[in-house]
Amino acid sequence: MGTESLLRDTLKSSEENALTIESFRLALSRHGLELTRDQTHTLQINVGLLCNQACHHCHLQAGPSRKEVMDAETLDEVVAFVQRSHFQVIDITGGAPELYPDLGNMIERLSPLAPRIMLRSNLTALIDGRRDFLIDMCRKHRIVIVASFPSLNMNQAEAQRGKGIFEKSIAALKKLNAIGYGRDGSDLEVNLVSNPTGAFLPPSQAQEEKRFRRDLQRKWGIVFNHVYTFANVPLGRFRQWLQHSGNLEKYLHDLASRFNPCAVEGLMCRTLISVSWDGYLYDCDFNLAKRLSMGGREIHISEMDGPPKPGTPIAISDHCYACTAGSGFT
Amino acid sequence: METYYEPQDLPKFEEMAEEASELGKKFFDYYSAVFAEGELTEREKGLIALAVAHTIQCPYCIDAFTQACLEKGSNLSEMTEAIHVAVAIRGGASLVHGVQMRKIAKKLSM
Repeated sequence: MGTESLLRDTLKSSEENALTIESFRLALSRHGLELTRDQTHTLQINVGLLCNQACHHCHLQAGPSRKEVMDAETLDEVVAFVQRSHFQVIDITGGAPELYPDLGNMIERLSPLAPRIMLRSNLTALIDGRRDFLIDMCRKHRIVIVASFPSLNMNQAEAQRGKGIFEKSIAALKKLNAIGYGRDGSDLEVNLVSNPTGAFLPPSQAQEEKRFRRDLQRKWGIVFNHVYTFANVPLGRFRQWLQHSGNLEKYLHDLASRFNPCAVEGLMCRTLISVSWDGYLYDCDFNLAKRLSMGGREIHISEMDGPPKPGTPIAISDHCYACTAGSGFT
Repeated sequence: METYYEPQDLPKFEEMAEEASELGKKFFDYYSAVFAEGELTEREKGLIALAVAHTIQCPYCIDAFTQACLEKGSNLSEMTEAIHVAVAIRGGASLVHGVQMRKIAKKLSM
């Protein structure tokens, strides 16, 4: 990369953030790194932005008033793409995917096509009384539940996700445990995702998992498989909150100053592609939020013969610092 | 308003090693080792540090360890309770010296 393009990138970054952080591209270059694809084994499917919650950290600004939902034709194209691509993992996300009317149909069609299907759940949508069949379907197809559970503290959790969600989340986890999820010897897996409840970075995953395991068991008798701790990505509603609260500049500096070059090799975007509700492809869900297309141009899933080849460059921007801070987002 | 304590000065802490590098290195190595997980977790050590920071009333330390506690997974209730531990010890230390006062007063009084 030439000096001119590095300079242009830094200027663009400065304009975007009105800040003085080094551009992500420059940080990679300074460490002699490039972000390119490894073997792509995971397809993340974003079924739409409709959600029963409007969490303050949501990079997609999902919520009850959003209308973006995958239509039947796009679902057919996604299934056809999976048939010709042989993914190891399908990762269904949203919005709240539980609110996607065709979720059951999608799971039935994709289950035979990949050994591991994951469903990102905010927990409250799973037990709202209108979709009881979904839990049974998840159990039947051995769907891995990846549940948002930011904190063991009600005030922190509800500050991020809304009033009343904490008790509902606990009830949902108890229900999942009752049908075998997270239990020793069971092949029904439930993992928890903890994002920080403010403008600070997450704890160590290993230490947080130990604490969550001890406290969830002691206080509520809840068991689970793993905890994943991820930094919030400064996009969408979270970025707006950072701006309004006067935390944006410091947060971006914190992310950039904790850039860990060793985290780059294991980044999830190296092995995952993300398809949006309208069928377009991105290197990750964060690039989708920013409409930063895979390969620098809009590519529809129907155009692809299979996953992108190893070595293909990954689209980057300064929000990528959120995935390389500390131990990284893998 | 100009003040002796500027938040942007906190990251300059490491500059204290510049004029006495050997001592600085020893201090910062020790400092890192103290806060690494041992018999106590990093989270527990952060809460102790936060309480001590309030006892010595160091604005830099309060800023740094408030953020550190949140980043180690602590919540506001736990952090507030930790400060109360420091408050109790500080208050108790004053009150227990009342024993001296009572002893002297009794000696001087009829």
